[in-house]
Amino acid sequence: MGWALLVIMTAPFAVSVVCYFAPVQICRGLTLASGVLTFVLAVLLVPAKTTTALSGWLRVDALSIVFLIAVAFLYAVTAVFAIGYVLPAGGNGSAARYNRRFFAGLNLFAWSMAMAPLVNGLALLWVAIEVTTVVSALLVAIDDTDSATEAAWKYLLIASMGLGIALFATIVMYYAGSSVFGGSYELFYPKLLGVAGHFAPEVVRFSFVLAVLGYGTKMGLVPVHTWLPDAHSEAPTPISAMLSGSLLAVSFYAILRFYQVTVRAIGSTFPRNVLLAFGVASLVLAALYLARQRDLKRLFAYSSVEHMGVLAIGMSFSAPIAVVGVLLHVLAHAAAKGTAFFGAGSVLRKFGTKDMSRIRGGIGALPWSGPMLVLAVLGLCAMPPFGIFRSEFLIVSGGLADPRDVVAAVLIVGVTLAMLGLSWFTSQTMLTPSPEGVVRGETSVWIVVSMVIGLAALTLLGVHPPGQLSDLLHRAAGELGARP
Amino acid sequence: MVVVPPVPSSFSGGTEAIALVVLLTEFAMLRAPTARSQIRLYAFQSLAVSALAVFVAATQHIDELYVLAALSFVLKVVVVPGIVLRLLRGTRADLAGSNRFGVATMVLVAIGISVFGFFVVGNLSVHSHSLPAPAFGLATAVILVAFLLVILRSDVVSQAVGFFSLENGVSMASLVIAAGIPLIVEVAFLFDLMVAVVVFGVLMRVHHGRGRTLSTEALDRLRG
Repeated sequence: MGWALLVIMTAPFAVSVVCYFAPVQICRGLTLASGVLTFVLAVLLVPAKTTTALSGWLRVDALSIVFLIAVAFLYAVTAVFAIGYVLPAGGNGSAARYNRRFFAGLNLFAWSMAMAPLVNGLALLWVAIEVTTVVSALLVAIDDTDSATEAAWKYLLIASMGLGIALFATIVMYYAGSSVFGGSYELFYPKLLGVAGHFAPEVVRFSFVLAVLGYGTKMGLVPVHTWLPDAHSEAPTPISAMLSGSLLAVSFYAILRFYQVTVRAIGSTFPRNVLLAFGVASLVLAALYLARQRDLKRLFAYSSVEHMGVLAIGMSFSAPIAVVGVLLHVLAHAAAKGTAFFGAGSVLRKFGTKDMSRIRGGIGALPWSGPMLVLAVLGLCAMPPFGIFRSEFLIVSGGLADPRDVVAAVLIVGVTLAMLGLSWFTSQTMLTPSPEGVVRGETSVWIVVSMVIGLAALTLLGVHPPGQLSDLLHRAAGELGARP
Repeated sequence: MVVVPPVPSSFSGGTEAIALVVLLTEFAMLRAPTARSQIRLYAFQSLAVSALAVFVAATQHIDELYVLAALSFVLKVVVVPGIVLRLLRGTRADLAGSNRFGVATMVLVAIGISVFGFFVVGNLSVHSHSLPAPAFGLATAVILVAFLLVILRSDVVSQAVGFFSLENGVSMASLVIAAGIPLIVEVAFLFDLMVAVVVFGVLMRVHHGRGRTLSTEALDRLRG
């Protein structure tokens, strides 16, 4: 299956280049084809234990595939959404140029995020994640408004500084390995994991803290999350969905790779404590911020910070079931947050604003995407039968089995607070009577289709995850050191 | 346990001297009055890092580092400052007044934070065969002062240069403790920096085009 890795490595990139020159109709079709192809290939990789290509420079194991599926799924569904969201250019030259840039950027962004779980080694992982930053910063700025420029600048600066720290972490980890391998070696995962037990503990500890701080900046962990609400709210909606559902997950993946090495080197107590501190801060602060939002997309952005906090807290529990829950949460969050942002995009198209005080009667105005947005928000609030209910249930079960079960209580309180904020604003905007003059109807069938796919996936993950997927999650949890 | 030789070798003396020059340049950036001087200081700092790479290559017999030094020189001393200066052509290049505190206060804070970084790393008992521990402490201090530069100066040029010089600090740290890191990885890092520089430059230009200023004071619309 090594060829599949090569196709994933080339297809979105090639489509991106073509999109820069091609008319928008071709861009839409190619983007959709590339998204679906990437997703299908990611699914085909599921049964294999490990797959390598390019003499080991590309390598996926169960952990990588979980994240690759999250990225590829959102890439495919966002491609569907973008067809309905991006307005036809008509005869206007600047609009056509905007569309070409948008589709080229979207594919390049998806490509860079897919490369992160594909590459073998901490150094190339850093390179891939840095590329995601520069590409997505340009996409955040693409609308060329004052707010978009401000958001893009803050994002680029804060995320780059964070990644500077992550690079420092990589170099310190390289140094830890040089005590075993000597001066010059490749930072391949199997190689590092095989001998991590011989690394100097204090050096590994230093590297792990730097990695959590550095990649945590991209993941949106409090207190280094400040770019996130701005970028998510100012980016074009398809990009917001990918930022939230897959980019944050990819950054979390980088932290997990450091976690893997650290656990082998010094045991799991220290890395768990570090993740716990960041996780609790993120969950609690995001839950409080959720209650005071006025902008629909900022609301979902803070919900992302909350869910990243849940992921970090989940990893701090010692029970293997919690780790399985965390990995399922990555997939479920991608589906739920993607759908929620697509719904926000539909509302934005209909009402022409993200200001929640000016949006009323969403369900009346949008007969399909309105109710589906409410369902996606219920999914984000961890209501059954959706995937996040199952994943948070697993995480809390793991938490209750942990000696520090008070953390599970904090988790439940935080998630409930967040639910209050999310459901209050959603009911205010969606479940109120429509104002006069708003025409009932959808703006695009493609937007509805993308939301149906997202909700279907979210429900599938909640009701009955496919057997092979469950097996994949358990294998990935095993790779992270969680053995039942 | 750190093994400290009684008399530093000429090798460790040389590397520490260059590392100190890099740190002092970082201090100078804190108070640079114009965009042009800020970028010149960055070019000079990059030159010092390239010189460190040559020095390590020569004394440790790691030939790959010559290639890295050459690339680093071309990109960070010539191309990056060139691109940024070109992008800023026609802008009002005066950065005076973008300090959040007086120069003396900023330098004192920077000294405090450098000392902190230096001793924290000193306590890690990191020691490398290739280079001595003090240079690693100095590299950490450069990284911390780069953060100060971004935090304490409210203009887009200082903030971007703050990021570039953070990368110089990390490069220096890698020369100190991981000189053997494969060339392909180092080249990927440098390439990435190049892409980031272009994006920073584009956004700087957009920012200036919209607000007719390099100050970040107006970037306060998005809150909460």
